[in-house]
Amino acid sequence: MEPACRRHRFGARNPTRGSMKLLAYLRSLAAKFLHRSQLADDMEEELRSHIQHRADDLERTGMDRAAAERQARIEFGGQGRFKEECHEALGGNFIESIINDVRYALRMLRKSPGFTLTAVVTLALAIGANAVVFAVLNTLILRPLNVPQPESLWAIERKASFVDPSQSYPDYLDLRERNRSFEDLAGYTADEAGLDTGQNPSSVWVVLATGNYFDELRLQPYLGRFFHASDEHGPNSAPYIVLTYAYWHSRFHDDPGVVGRVVQLNKHPYTILGVGPPGFHGTLLFFDVGLFVPMVNVEQIEGTSQLNARDSRWVFMVMGHLKPGVTPAQAVSDLNSIGSYFEKTYPKEDGKMDFLLARPSLYGDYLGRPLRAFMTALMLLAGLILLAACANLGSLFAARAADRSREVALRLALGSTRRRILRQLFTEAVLISLIGGAVGLWGSVVLLRGLSVWQPMPRFPMILDVNPDAKVYIVALLLTLASGFLFGAVPVRQVLRTNPYEVVKAGSAATFGRRITARDVLLVLQITICGVLITSSFVAVRGLARALHSNLGFEPQNAMLLDTQLAMAGYSGDKVLSMQKRMIDALAAIPGVQFVGLADQPPLHESWNPSNVFTDQTTDLRPANAASEAIQYNISPGYFQAAGTALLAGRTFTWHDDKNSPRVAVINQEFARRIFGSIPHALGGYFKLPDGTRIQVVGVAQDGRYTTITEVPHPAMFLPIQQSPSAQTFLIVRSEHDPQQLAAAMKSTVHELDPGLPFYIQPWNKRLDTALFGLRLAALSLGVLGVMGAVLSITGIFGMAAYSVSKRLKELGIRIALGARRQEVLRAALGRAFQLLAFGSAAGLILGILAGRVLASLYRESPGDPLVLGGALLTMLLIGLLATWIPAQRALSINPLILLREE
Amino acid sequence: MTDQAQLLPGTLDLLILKAVSLGPLHGYGVLLRIGQISDRALLIEQGALYPALFRLVRQGLLNASWGTSENNRRAKFYELTAAGRKRLQEETEGWNRLAAAIGSALATQPEEV
Repeated sequence: MEPACRRHRFGARNPTRGSMKLLAYLRSLAAKFLHRSQLADDMEEELRSHIQHRADDLERTGMDRAAAERQARIEFGGQGRFKEECHEALGGNFIESIINDVRYALRMLRKSPGFTLTAVVTLALAIGANAVVFAVLNTLILRPLNVPQPESLWAIERKASFVDPSQSYPDYLDLRERNRSFEDLAGYTADEAGLDTGQNPSSVWVVLATGNYFDELRLQPYLGRFFHASDEHGPNSAPYIVLTYAYWHSRFHDDPGVVGRVVQLNKHPYTILGVGPPGFHGTLLFFDVGLFVPMVNVEQIEGTSQLNARDSRWVFMVMGHLKPGVTPAQAVSDLNSIGSYFEKTYPKEDGKMDFLLARPSLYGDYLGRPLRAFMTALMLLAGLILLAACANLGSLFAARAADRSREVALRLALGSTRRRILRQLFTEAVLISLIGGAVGLWGSVVLLRGLSVWQPMPRFPMILDVNPDAKVYIVALLLTLASGFLFGAVPVRQVLRTNPYEVVKAGSAATFGRRITARDVLLVLQITICGVLITSSFVAVRGLARALHSNLGFEPQNAMLLDTQLAMAGYSGDKVLSMQKRMIDALAAIPGVQFVGLADQPPLHESWNPSNVFTDQTTDLRPANAASEAIQYNISPGYFQAAGTALLAGRTFTWHDDKNSPRVAVINQEFARRIFGSIPHALGGYFKLPDGTRIQVVGVAQDGRYTTITEVPHPAMFLPIQQSPSAQTFLIVRSEHDPQQLAAAMKSTVHELDPGLPFYIQPWNKRLDTALFGLRLAALSLGVLGVMGAVLSITGIFGMAAYSVSKRLKELGIRIALGARRQEVLRAALGRAFQLLAFGSAAGLILGILAGRVLASLYRESPGDPLVLGGALLTMLLIGLLATWIPAQRALSINPLILLREE
Repeated sequence: MTDQAQLLPGTLDLLILKAVSLGPLHGYGVLLRIGQISDRALLIEQGALYPALFRLVRQGLLNASWGTSENNRRAKFYELTAAGRKRLQEETEGWNRLAAAIGSALATQPEEV
């Protein structure tokens, strides 16, 4: 047999030299795509050639052709293996071998559906939670405001006892004119107004914006034009409306003819100038408004004008773009020099003013800071959940790897490389994490879609588009892959250490040692994390429960709240009070109504009206000399009975406490304590308002909650509405009757008085949902994370205990056979699990208490509260019992005879 | 079968390089040549040959190109590259050293210790 090759020709694959570069490029591109199939064809042909040559030889020994070819094929052996090994030898076709790994991993996972399901569900929950929290974080904090160049747009806040972005209009004008850092400063505030387009008048949320608002935000109208600074010529000089795109869409059905139309706003004619760009709804991220009106027309919208009052800080926010090259720090020092000017020039109204810059989208730091803190904490907790899930899955994986040590050893003995086996394990881990991640992401998308259209506060149009964007998907994918590699890495050491000869020889039972394994550490870590989560959620839930049952200082049960703004129907001056009296009388006449009271705003409202108060002896009424700050409520005579607030001493108001009689007030206990020392001292005493008005205390009422449900006791004063009038009107109607019927009766009553007045009726306790929203949301999200933590603990401990029992069935069987009692068997089987649980729980509780301090400030709740501690402990104990119940049953039901016979 | 020696790991590559060094061969030719030069003492499993060939091509020790065989069939021919020739020389020397050492070790008599 002479293997001659004289006749072979080279050059078959030699491409024509000098061909066009483009052509070569295209060919190489094509080759890349064709490479795989070309390679396969090549191999196929070589195989065929080999068989043919062998068959030729066999034919020469006398076989016929068909038999020779069959024989040649048989001799060659399996073609599948041939191809795979050749691919491997050629540098391994990466994709191909991955596909093979995936196929194998899928087969393995299908073989243990329980494990797969547990792993996928665990990961889906953890990654879903992370995706949801991140999407909200992304919307609230990471995503910049939807205006051009948001990075240079800053809001100005005052550094008072708390950061406060509000300014007075004269201060705003001074800030605008005197600063050298901002290109311009725009201001706005928001209020409700009655819009009459010829059909039913209805209320709409209005942004009162300074004339330069749109220009400073660098926006372009979608239709028509915006109003500009040049349109302002003094109070009520600019009756113009700019609609938001969304409101134009919903209320005017995309009618381009609205531009130039005149409509009635609070009974005043206003011209619609244009429509804003799609997606723009003011600069508050979550607040949806209908239209924009120049701020100089504030009197027509709010009923009163405080354009000239320097001490009335009603301009909600002032903001502007920094000039190029000006840093925020430079701007702050510039503003602070204006602050010193204010202090010098207006000591009574302004006092010392320090300024800060903040982003406008979350009402500066006022909401921004707590929201950022809360979201960061939530993100951290969600991360911990994922970590716990990874620890959980890691120990499951390690257990599985231990069970598969025989398989691994066999594969190693058969010549598989450790790298190949590890790659297989990682493929399995990543596959599980990808499936879990996909399920989790799907769930979170559904949840986020619901969250985006959620209107938790019916009185306030919320808009918060938390639908996931590319960033969310990328983060979810990264987390998924990272967690896959994280828990996939747990059994690596185990595999690397596997000694095929030992394992095959000794069998699997011998490998279970008593030393501390990575699995134990992971389990403790996981239980610790869950302990933290459970303790924090207990702090939150208990805080909420306490807040709900705390004494509010008023009784929201069995009371309806009707709120309106009389300016919406064109009331002003004396007409306001007479209309308010008529409303009170008419509502009181409804059968079944016990009390009717009126206030300019109820306690625990979204806004409140703080005012400095001075002792009677103070003559220099600058803010620094104030005795205290008190929240001011302007109320009607029947308010206390209607609100259910107890009067502790003195008297309430009568309708005779009017403009012509001496100024009087009812104060709360805290006010009496702080300014007068005690209730008896307060009665009949005097105090002063910033404008110098002397007011006599005629009564003392119980303390209540005014700003937030968890606030520290705060001084409050109640002034008669006749002496400090307000068009903002809240009517509290107390009755034992069915709220539905009562609401209908109230509606028709008020409608009869003035059909053109928009108003809103709601049970008072429903209304309080707004005040409780933050607490509820926090408790809910922490509760959900706590439950997830508990579920993870249970599965983690269960997995560990069940594994340990199944590994030691033989040993336990022998113990039982030798007469061990039930306790001894249980101790042997589950002692370890309980040790780990106790250790992890203790660590978790301690860390949880530390973490709870942050929450505690939110809820005014002590994390050392015995109920919280006891609850958390009990929960951990229950988790332990629940998780070890089935493995314990299994351990106790071991029948040594059967077991020993099987072995 | 009993007179056929088992291949030590790593020696297949060496044998292939040697076989091809005697002149370009196609895959089946390599098998035959190894059988021939080892006096049929070494028999290579047919399926194991090709992964080894591909590996050597990838390492740049062999060149492969399609041509026509003595049977007038299309076949892929392998020939040694310069690197392959160098490798063959190194491996041969290494093998000889090892064989000599093991041979002398195994030939040791009790009195020589």
